[in-house]
Amino acid sequence: MTSGDPHLRPTTEDQVRDAVAWAAVEKTPLEIVGHGSKRAIGRPMQTAETLSLADLNGLTLYEPDELVLAAWAGTPLVEIEKVLAENNQRFEFEPMDYGPLLGEEPGRGTIGGMLAANLAGPRRLKAGAARDHVLGIRCVTGRGEIVKSGGRVVKNVTGYDLSKGLAGSWGTLAVLTEVTMKVLPRAQTEATSVLFGLTDSDATAAMSLAMGSSGEVASAAHLPESVKGRFIDGQLPRAATVLRLEGFGPSVDYRFERLAQLLAPFGPTERLDDAQSRQLWQEVRDVKPFADGTMRPVWRVSVAPMEGHALVAALRLKAGIDAFYDWQGGLVWLRMEAGADAVGLRQAIRAVGGGHATLVRAAPELRRSVDVFQPQPGPLAALSARLKAEFDPIGILNPGRMAALKAPEPA
Amino acid sequence: MLKMPEPDADVLARRKSIVADLRDIVPGEGVVDATSEMRAFETDALTAYRQMPLVVVLPETVEQVSRVLRYCHKNGIRVVPRGSGTSLSGGALPLADAVLLVMSRFNRVLDIDYANRAVVVQPGVTNLGITHAVQDEGFYYAPDPSSQIACSIGGNIAENSGGVHSLKYGLTTNNVLGLEVVLINGDKVRLGGKHLDSEGYDLLALMTGSEGLLGVVTEVTVRILQKPETARAALIGFPTSETAGQCVADIIAAGIIPGGMEMMDRPAIHAAEDFVHADYPLDVEALLIVELDGPEAEVDFLLAEVEALALRNGATTIRVSKSEEERATFWAGRKAAFPSVGRISPDYLCMDGTIPRKELPRVLAGMRELSEIHGLRVANVFHAGDGNLHPLILYDANKPGELAAAEAFGADILRLCVKVGGVLTGEHGVGVEKRELMPEMFNEIDLDQQMRVKCAFDEKHLLNPGKVFPQLRRCAELGRMHIHAGAMPFPDIPRF
Repeated sequence: MTSGDPHLRPTTEDQVRDAVAWAAVEKTPLEIVGHGSKRAIGRPMQTAETLSLADLNGLTLYEPDELVLAAWAGTPLVEIEKVLAENNQRFEFEPMDYGPLLGEEPGRGTIGGMLAANLAGPRRLKAGAARDHVLGIRCVTGRGEIVKSGGRVVKNVTGYDLSKGLAGSWGTLAVLTEVTMKVLPRAQTEATSVLFGLTDSDATAAMSLAMGSSGEVASAAHLPESVKGRFIDGQLPRAATVLRLEGFGPSVDYRFERLAQLLAPFGPTERLDDAQSRQLWQEVRDVKPFADGTMRPVWRVSVAPMEGHALVAALRLKAGIDAFYDWQGGLVWLRMEAGADAVGLRQAIRAVGGGHATLVRAAPELRRSVDVFQPQPGPLAALSARLKAEFDPIGILNPGRMAALKAPEPA
Repeated sequence: MLKMPEPDADVLARRKSIVADLRDIVPGEGVVDATSEMRAFETDALTAYRQMPLVVVLPETVEQVSRVLRYCHKNGIRVVPRGSGTSLSGGALPLADAVLLVMSRFNRVLDIDYANRAVVVQPGVTNLGITHAVQDEGFYYAPDPSSQIACSIGGNIAENSGGVHSLKYGLTTNNVLGLEVVLINGDKVRLGGKHLDSEGYDLLALMTGSEGLLGVVTEVTVRILQKPETARAALIGFPTSETAGQCVADIIAAGIIPGGMEMMDRPAIHAAEDFVHADYPLDVEALLIVELDGPEAEVDFLLAEVEALALRNGATTIRVSKSEEERATFWAGRKAAFPSVGRISPDYLCMDGTIPRKELPRVLAGMRELSEIHGLRVANVFHAGDGNLHPLILYDANKPGELAAAEAFGADILRLCVKVGGVLTGEHGVGVEKRELMPEMFNEIDLDQQMRVKCAFDEKHLLNPGKVFPQLRRCAELGRMHIHAGAMPFPDIPRF
């Protein structure tokens, strides 16, 4: 296991390079952390040293008119979001905060971690994830080399898109040192349209109808009976199907009415106004119902939107689970009442046409014994392993965090 | 002519048996080896470069693609994948010793799933073909390159194509959900699908925009959107490009993200007006087309804001479309900018750089200077919202030295783009055209790491070699570690 406090705390990019180069020469596996807020996700690792990016921080570029912001990887996300808010801007993909779910305080995490984990929130359907908003990166590969990719402009097809390619790589390909992101104006106002009392299946149909309309719905979630009490201070009386509308005031009002007409066959629509709407979606984003202080296993499952409820129905026949849906039904948050049942879950995912499941919360011994990330078929796994070897030939960066360690392929 | 990889004499000598072997895999008309029939494939839309391929193969099934690639891999034969051949950077330029793998027979729409807002198509389906398949239900596919009537979705993946809509709706990379890809060794892999995000490394992101160097796409899943309720456009003329540029910045700063925002300079306005008679104002230096889409109430509200911002920036003409017909007329000139410039010059070279928007005046001024230095005219169309410039350099290929001058002019423009914080290509790709300019943006270490990504997919460099990278290195050479550090860093930190 890793030791407690980080030992390597570079304050410059050159020092990050020196640290990784040293580790490469010494063949010393490194755990890469920012604030360590997502440290409990992934397979437990055997690392001799911890490389913390927390002291490599600060904005390096912010031009609100150009909709672009860049920061050193260890810059706290809350600080960046504060600066953005001062300029009436935001990260459109609303990065989720894993802290509460993992039993830590909220508001910890860095921009580097945000990209390494490819964070996203309920607006993922309309706005994409961190990967869709990254413009450029600088990083240090496992070879101890500083590499840059991308730039600071929105349209760029110069070379391979390594910036997006590193999104969701959980520090296993390279150590991010600087991240450049697209930012967007904050919506003037928002409102949430609520349908009460739908079954999971009817809710899926309603969400599909709404998302397929011209109403520009920004997010669609379904909060079944079992979790409804844990949102907005218990003010949802029944299972709630919630649809978020954002934009200029008159536009939101108009679209709310249109949506209510469209969804009338599912029942009457109620409205949550700006403040309550914001609170609700932040709680959906941060998986509030399962941020319960326990270590009961929580899975994050991505399937085709129409299949989420079928997946949950199939799983309920096999195991005790609690679930709710974001992304029009395609993002299923599952809390297992007992074991993780990785095999059963993944069989069920295949049966509904494919997708993937990540065990985002579980005790270390459980994470050690199951595939935390979705296992890949042979040729894809081999390709991923080759890619890892091209970035980190000795295997010193977060070894084994995403996939179990294997002997490297012959060069 | 740019230097392409040296043809493999051994492969050229084996041509006959290679053709016969390929005929075993793809029967009937699927293998073309007659010079007269291969002529149609010797160039793409970058017509300054031509090269006969070794042989043309038009597979019909994924199995055939896999077998062709496995065969080429085993026998050390290079492969150039090709979609509709509309690439403007020479991405599909054949090589003398390479199989040209033409994907045009993969032209079927496989699945339309409105409930999940996903469409699964074969790569040879055109960009507009996807919209045609779903428009009766009010849906469309958002990325809209100008060549959308002809370009294939597989080619869009290879080039990460954009278009007028990309400011608001993203590029290809933001609208592709899944791919089926055949690797050079014949392995078939599926990336993504109707679900979101990757279960491992984001290989979908690496594939998109990889210009046919990493694998051959055999199936594509894209997301579709419901058409906005309404769209209206404003045609705004400015006395200077600076004021037009400032207006663009002000619109964005006001929190307005138009569905499209395009700018044309004086030469482009005049050429377009002469061609399509869109009633463009001819007494302005810059013309801005701003299109707002969405619910009617919102569009009306935002158009009023845009008008106010335009007036504040000294706009001399403002017209807002009152009908679909009028909106189409506004766009007609912009969309015909390339052919209309083609009418005033025997040849033109279309460049493609991206810059931070605020640098527009500086870059336009720089272009005027370069125009004098190189003795060639330039007309400009510009995706103003996202900083993507398309300078059209006018030249006459029949005049000795003019092509070379045009290319030198283009390279200088792209160097200027990089110098002000931009990039070499916004949407057309590096291809062969901008290959030699890559070191303007990347140092050797950056380029080596990109080539290592290539090595993970295609260790023998058989897929589309000679494109994107100015020089090829063997993967074994790239695999060596050169670490010069080694001292324990931070020796003063207490350790366990």
